[in-house]
Amino acid sequence: MKIPYYPGCTLHERALDFDKASRECARALDIELEELDIWTCCGAVFPLTTDSVMDILAGVRNLAYAARLGDKVVTLCSFCYNVLKRTNKVMREDPEKREKANLFLKADTEAREKIESYLKEDYVGQVDVLHYIEMLRDVVGFDKIRERVKVDLSGLKVAPYYGCMLLRPKNEMEFDDHEQPTIFEDFLEAIGCEVVDFPMKTECCGGFQVVREEDTAVACSQNVVNSAARRDADIIITTCPLCRYNLDVLQKQMEKNVSGFRKLPVVYFTQLLGIALGIDEEYLDFSDNYVDPRPLLAEKSLV
Amino acid sequence: MRLKLSSEVVKGDLVERVEELSGQNLSACYQCGRCSAGCPVVEEMDIVPSEVIRLLQLGQVEPTLESETIWICASCLQCASRCPRGVEFSSICDALRAIVLRKRLGGTVVDADEVTRTMVSDAPQMGVVGALRKLNG
Repeated sequence: MKIPYYPGCTLHERALDFDKASRECARALDIELEELDIWTCCGAVFPLTTDSVMDILAGVRNLAYAARLGDKVVTLCSFCYNVLKRTNKVMREDPEKREKANLFLKADTEAREKIESYLKEDYVGQVDVLHYIEMLRDVVGFDKIRERVKVDLSGLKVAPYYGCMLLRPKNEMEFDDHEQPTIFEDFLEAIGCEVVDFPMKTECCGGFQVVREEDTAVACSQNVVNSAARRDADIIITTCPLCRYNLDVLQKQMEKNVSGFRKLPVVYFTQLLGIALGIDEEYLDFSDNYVDPRPLLAEKSLV
Repeated sequence: MRLKLSSEVVKGDLVERVEELSGQNLSACYQCGRCSAGCPVVEEMDIVPSEVIRLLQLGQVEPTLESETIWICASCLQCASRCPRGVEFSSICDALRAIVLRKRLGGTVVDADEVTRTMVSDAPQMGVVGALRKLNG
């Protein structure tokens, strides 16, 4: 089965490891992620000011590109998911912004030249925005994944980190319970890991503030990593390349801040899925991680 | 802080602008402080979220525009998630930033040249794009 896929800029450049593992896992589960034939950056942040139509146009344009290929679009990055899902809701429910955005889109001659069939009709929210984990649960099914597991992960204690963008605002994201989500726990249970619940799983890693002031993100991320470490986790999983960067790379600073700091590897959830499905190591690239997960995985005989 | 209040001050144009831009009803807040308690970056703020809202309720927009707070918010929306009255402090922050940035009241918070030198090869694009859009307008 083919499903339209929007990678977004980070998975196209810095998080190639995430993109590669996720595509290969989908293939192993009989799904082909069909990358949109044309796409741009979604804008990364959804505007919280109410008068802004210009700031949602990038999201609308990508949704309109996706609408030519099917009734769903799958994405992995938490920021892309948040922007596309919230933008889609605006296009479904706000007639004034919908009309303005469509006027802007129709004036886009460059896109029309590139794609003949571009925007024959208004974009009114025809596409459903799905996160990859929702695709695993609703399209593939966790039971099918359970049947496909080839490698026993039962000795691995995994802390699922959700962060902010999948969950909030709850009324618009409608992803899971905003305080006590369980979808990643259900997923981890399906691939046979030992799930570690920890209180900071929905707290912020500092996000884009790392660009303004690294210490802000170090303080936030340190709370998250320590919280998982105190619950005796071996490893943290995430679906957001910025969370991965803050939680993983900033451990360099955390080591300096805290004596006896216990480092924890942070990997993408599809990298762990790949191990469980017995996917070839060439698709599971851990060379970009600051805290190398390979010694841990080797100790548990998983690589 | 000693304030002289009048209906003109409390219902000033700028306060209305903040409500309009943020889409938030400032008078819904009854100062329980859960936004400040739940905020992951509150320790760095000079005026905590619930205090910003209180100042705005009293028509005191200027001190909020001059605060560090509005540049420290990471838009994680934990404030909104915890608020019993449905107020999104992050949206109020975006509105206050927009007022400063659109009027070019101050310098830029993030130096784009500096970011290019230090972060672009290292940090995920989403972080750089997000920071520049949120903090530089």
